[in-house]
Amino acid sequence: MTTRDGSALTRRLDRILKGHAWFVYLFFYLPILVLIVFSFNESRFFTWEALSLRWYRQMFANDNLMAALWASLQVAAVSTVISTALGTAAALALERYKRFLGKRTFDALLYLPVIIPDVTMAAMLLVFFTSLGRQLSITTIVLSHIAFNISFVSIVVRARLANLDPALEEAAADLYAGRWQAFRKITLPLIMPGVLGGALLALTLSLDDVVITQFVKGPDTLPTFVFGLIKRGVTPEINAVSTLMLTASVVLVLGSLALQRRN
Amino acid sequence: MTTDGPVTAELEADAERAESRRGLFLALPSYIYLLFLFALPLLIIGVYSFASRSRTGMPKLEAWNLDSITKLFTDDLIRSIFARSLIVAILTTAFCLLVGYPFAYYIATRSEKTRNILLVFVMIPFWTNFLVRTYAWRVLLGEDGLITELGRFLNLWDSMLFTLPAVYIGLVYGYLPFMVLPLYAAIERLDWSLVEAARDLYASGWVAFRRVTLPLTKQGIIAGSILVFIPSLGAYVTPDILGGAKTTLIGNYVVNQFLTARNWPLGSSVSMAIMVVMLIATIWYFRSGAKTL
Repeated sequence: MTTRDGSALTRRLDRILKGHAWFVYLFFYLPILVLIVFSFNESRFFTWEALSLRWYRQMFANDNLMAALWASLQVAAVSTVISTALGTAAALALERYKRFLGKRTFDALLYLPVIIPDVTMAAMLLVFFTSLGRQLSITTIVLSHIAFNISFVSIVVRARLANLDPALEEAAADLYAGRWQAFRKITLPLIMPGVLGGALLALTLSLDDVVITQFVKGPDTLPTFVFGLIKRGVTPEINAVSTLMLTASVVLVLGSLALQRRN
Repeated sequence: MTTDGPVTAELEADAERAESRRGLFLALPSYIYLLFLFALPLLIIGVYSFASRSRTGMPKLEAWNLDSITKLFTDDLIRSIFARSLIVAILTTAFCLLVGYPFAYYIATRSEKTRNILLVFVMIPFWTNFLVRTYAWRVLLGEDGLITELGRFLNLWDSMLFTLPAVYIGLVYGYLPFMVLPLYAAIERLDWSLVEAARDLYASGWVAFRRVTLPLTKQGIIAGSILVFIPSLGAYVTPDILGGAKTTLIGNYVVNQFLTARNWPLGSSVSMAIMVVMLIATIWYFRSGAKTL
């Protein structure tokens, strides 16, 4: 930025911007910090009593909650793997092949799940499964999560592919690499950060989703279970679960940043 | 040489067909998946909007009618909820823009090292579980919550839980990162020499900002606004946790029709209406020259 005009006014404006930025960071982090602090409080109320792991013990002893956590992990793992594979293939098709049957329709179809509101998607999947006569179960949750995750994965991978130099793949072909060999040795390693980024996004979205899961669920996932608890009222046990979920998110973000840096 | 022409042309056409088959082959799994688990369900609720409601709540297709559609325009309750949701979504977007722009501007104008650190601290709330972040405000705004205590101390406000201001706070808190990240990307890309040129031509700081910086970052403003507007309009979790009976938004109404009131035809038509508003917003966005979200 220009420092040529180092007038008092500019400096004051900069100070205001700085103050504003600190205020926004406070806004971002104060609620989270309050949750974490009170999850370690002995008291049931929001007045500090003593440091305690009481609510964490209670959380791990809650069988329903542990079952929901396990269901969440299963749904997230399966839907992430499948949607990453499908979404990556879709991204390759759209970025690397000039035309194929129905390409434009496919392109539009791939965007829709991103912009459609959660409640509409939830409603239509519920109606769909019921009109097929399908019993709602963990399988219907997984199928629904894949349906919204394919699009997010493909967008992330496409962004990476668009920035790649196709000359690299052409060079491999010139050197008599087979199609599969060129893909495995050149393309795949180059798009790997995009694929991992897409997988991470899919994992996070699957672990976050409340609305769609609420409609198509058989068993509770962790978010729908916690949502039910919250609606019944605030308890320190929810603070403990929340802290656990927060830690998982932060670990995922920092992990992905470390991964990006290495590439 | 003369016989060579048609042969190569044919070979080329063959190669092109093979290319296109390979493209389709790669796309096919997700193509089929989305046709069955996205396009077909969307079509079904489109059809259900015209169905009539049977005694069990399940739609009956034999007696199709326009009841659920006309209800959208004539039912006072639906109309007032829809209007409220639109206002909430627009104001949430405006608040996020007002708070987010100077914030993104500040981050984008730091040195590269500071910028990266500041950005990580925006990414963390962006990736953090939305439900947990909303729940945190239930704690802060509750009867003995920190913000309530502060309001009582300043003699300005009491517990805001279950009121519209609480819903606004929750939505802005939830979606602010969606606004900041595209804004940051746009401001960071900005060619500062253009702003400097304006200043050299004796434009005041404000004029240079309004006539140069703001138009050049328009793309980020629109992208951020769309990313905030869409989920705010369909919001269900935030009003459900932080709002009360008088702050029902259209998202809650749809969920209610499907899971409690069991009027699927009406639920279908309302959710289609939300989707139409989103589509209009998105098309307007792409019209404005954007290529990707």
